[in-house]
Amino acid sequence: MCLGVPGRILERVDGDLARVDFTGVRRNVNVAFTPDAEPGDWVLVHVGFALARIDEDEARATLALLGEAIAAELDASIPSDNLSRARKAQ
Amino acid sequence: MSDAVVTLADGAGGKASRRLVEGLFLEELRNPMLEPLGDAALVAANGTRLAFTTDSYVVRPLRFPGGDIGELAVNGTVNDLAVSGAVPVALSAGFVIEEGFPLDELRRLAASMARAALGAGVSVAAGDTKVVERGAADGLYVTTAGIGLLDLRAVLGAGRVRPGDRVLVSGGIAEHGIAVMLARGNLELELDVESDTAPLNGLTAALCALGPELRWMRDPTRGGLATTLNELAAGAGATVVLDETAIPVRDDVRAACEILGIDPLYVANEGKLVAVVSPGSADAALAALRSHPLGAGAAVIGEIRADEDPLVLVDTPFGGSRIVDMLVGDPLPRIC
Amino acid sequence: MRYVDEYRDAEAVHAIAAELRGLVVPGRRVKLMEVCGGHTHAIYRHGLEALLPDEVELVHGPGCPVCVIPMGRVDDGISIAERPEVTFASFGDMLRVPGGRRRSLLEAKARGADVRTVYSPLDALGLAQREPEREVVFFGVGFETTAPATALTLQRARELGVGNFSVFCNHVLIGPALRAILDSPDTEIDGFVGPGHVSTVIGTRPYDFVCSEYRRPVVVAGFEPTDILQAVAMLLRQLRDGRAEVENAYGRVVRDEGNPRALAALDEVFAVRDDFEWRGLGAIPRSGLRIADAYADWDAERRFEVPGARIEDPKACRCGDVLRGLAKPVDCGVFGTACTPERPLGTCMVSSEGACAAYYAYGRHLARDKMPV
Repeated sequence: MCLGVPGRILERVDGDLARVDFTGVRRNVNVAFTPDAEPGDWVLVHVGFALARIDEDEARATLALLGEAIAAELDASIPSDNLSRARKAQ
Repeated sequence: MSDAVVTLADGAGGKASRRLVEGLFLEELRNPMLEPLGDAALVAANGTRLAFTTDSYVVRPLRFPGGDIGELAVNGTVNDLAVSGAVPVALSAGFVIEEGFPLDELRRLAASMARAALGAGVSVAAGDTKVVERGAADGLYVTTAGIGLLDLRAVLGAGRVRPGDRVLVSGGIAEHGIAVMLARGNLELELDVESDTAPLNGLTAALCALGPELRWMRDPTRGGLATTLNELAAGAGATVVLDETAIPVRDDVRAACEILGIDPLYVANEGKLVAVVSPGSADAALAALRSHPLGAGAAVIGEIRADEDPLVLVDTPFGGSRIVDMLVGDPLPRIC
Repeated sequence: MRYVDEYRDAEAVHAIAAELRGLVVPGRRVKLMEVCGGHTHAIYRHGLEALLPDEVELVHGPGCPVCVIPMGRVDDGISIAERPEVTFASFGDMLRVPGGRRRSLLEAKARGADVRTVYSPLDALGLAQREPEREVVFFGVGFETTAPATALTLQRARELGVGNFSVFCNHVLIGPALRAILDSPDTEIDGFVGPGHVSTVIGTRPYDFVCSEYRRPVVVAGFEPTDILQAVAMLLRQLRDGRAEVENAYGRVVRDEGNPRALAALDEVFAVRDDFEWRGLGAIPRSGLRIADAYADWDAERRFEVPGARIEDPKACRCGDVLRGLAKPVDCGVFGTACTPERPLGTCMVSSEGACAAYYAYGRHLARDKMPV
């Protein structure tokens, strides 16, 4: 029931509707709650409504944290002379 | 099973269906040929070994992207024979038609069946038609029965499965169920997916060439791969362990399932086969499948493990695992 | 799938899992509650519990809005659905939920009721417009994630003057449920994984009371494996540092102020009931929504008479304890025997997002010596 799926807005249709693409699946979604979302933007969709625009910067920030976690794990598990080689390969 | 009436869940192919078959039909009809409850019955007559099967088709809508009820009916019965290790020979087709059904639509469906039969190398040798009053039969129901000659190279059965054996699937799953569901038009999703309905006898013949290294085959229709593999686990008394990342699913089909909250493992297929082979023959089996146009997307998706509790497990990419139980409810009714 | 796959990256998941080991005090047990059915489901589906240090126990709270609807209300829905003029539209997950005497919407359908599955409440409104001779009733279920969709649908129904449409409203609010859990005398929860999608609507401020009044940390989390583990890491850090704050780990869709338009729709269309009964938790004040007087003409409860019976949970049911984190599914005497997903006795087994159902479906092989098969 908490099903929220990210989709990309293809175009606005009449009224509050937008055609949204979910990796090759398309559906009309009501965007009344995300009036600033434009074609090309990604939104989180729940039961046919866009609840939020996905903030690209925040998304990247979270991924960066994940990257740091991976790097820390890599550092912890590799002897120091191999470290720079591992970092270059990442 | 509900206490007093049949519900849609009883027709979904999962646990409830099984209870209806075992608890009611098997109880009343019990005999040695029926008991194994395989996709086809094995009949020995006059020194010839035959496979004999039947299936009913109640799919709605009657026509959907990639096929129609006629094609489904031919391929479905051909496939039940094929996965039982038989060369399909002849089918019968029974039609229950609602009064008022358009004749040219009926002709189109019959032509579709003819094409499918040609494609599968079988003949529709016998048939029957009945017409019922307007309001019954919801348009058209089709029942097909089929006979085939057992390929003597193959010795198949869930009991032949051994720990270490590999599980293969012939291509991407969940396409038929999603295509039919979309064709119903009430979920307002658009995607370019078609039913994968196809005759599998070419693929199964290629696998039968492996002889006793081929242990078991099935076509995962209603209830999907999950239901079929649960039946395998129960029949083999062993656990089936799948690698989540190895199960082929098209990206858009996967996305549609995510949106609807359905697991692709439970969605019907009509042109895919799942097989269990010995570890040593897995490469040959994969090559045999991939060299056939219908098996281009074939993959090894798991293996058999000895276990007191027969289950289907999926190993996630994160080192954890989860059980894939048999279908309880019915995510997509009237898919086949 | 973009915005999904990156957060399921196995390497990242393992890296965070490794971090978690450094954040626990060996031997000191920590109980973290997640209050969203989606989180319960994701944890089991991806097998994430196996990645947690032994000291960390995840407890599954009352975050499944399908599960917490009392049996009496399900019966009320069924009684509406059974009327010959009614087309009853519902989300798929509600169909198999049994009311009293174990009857469900699916069974009612088998006996001839016109019950249809929809993906969105707008689809139900569309049905009403296409079939003007039918009385279409939508079963409104869900937390603040879903209630705005129902609200907007009712606004449309009124705008368009669709008279043959109404909503049977069973929307519930997460905040009061959290408070009820925290007020329970024997609750031992150290921190909360906050519901990611509810928070896109209500924002993060509604959780402030958990920190200020009950001194427990809250981290709002998304639903992918990395999101969940990241939130656990952040909670452990807060506990280690002696902090109790609300942190937002789902910044890509959750804003602190939530979604003002969705909140405005909720304000206009709904009012808060004085009391609402939660299966397994009893009556929680000001925790349920009803349709406001301005929309009375679209309120199924005013349009149709319903039995309104209050049905007790079976005595053997320990759902209340499971929801408060006092018992695990395997601790319940009827788990897997008298109570299974096909024939559920209590709320936790009733939908695939309930703690017992998720454990039964996905995780029971982990404790096989305890569980009857």
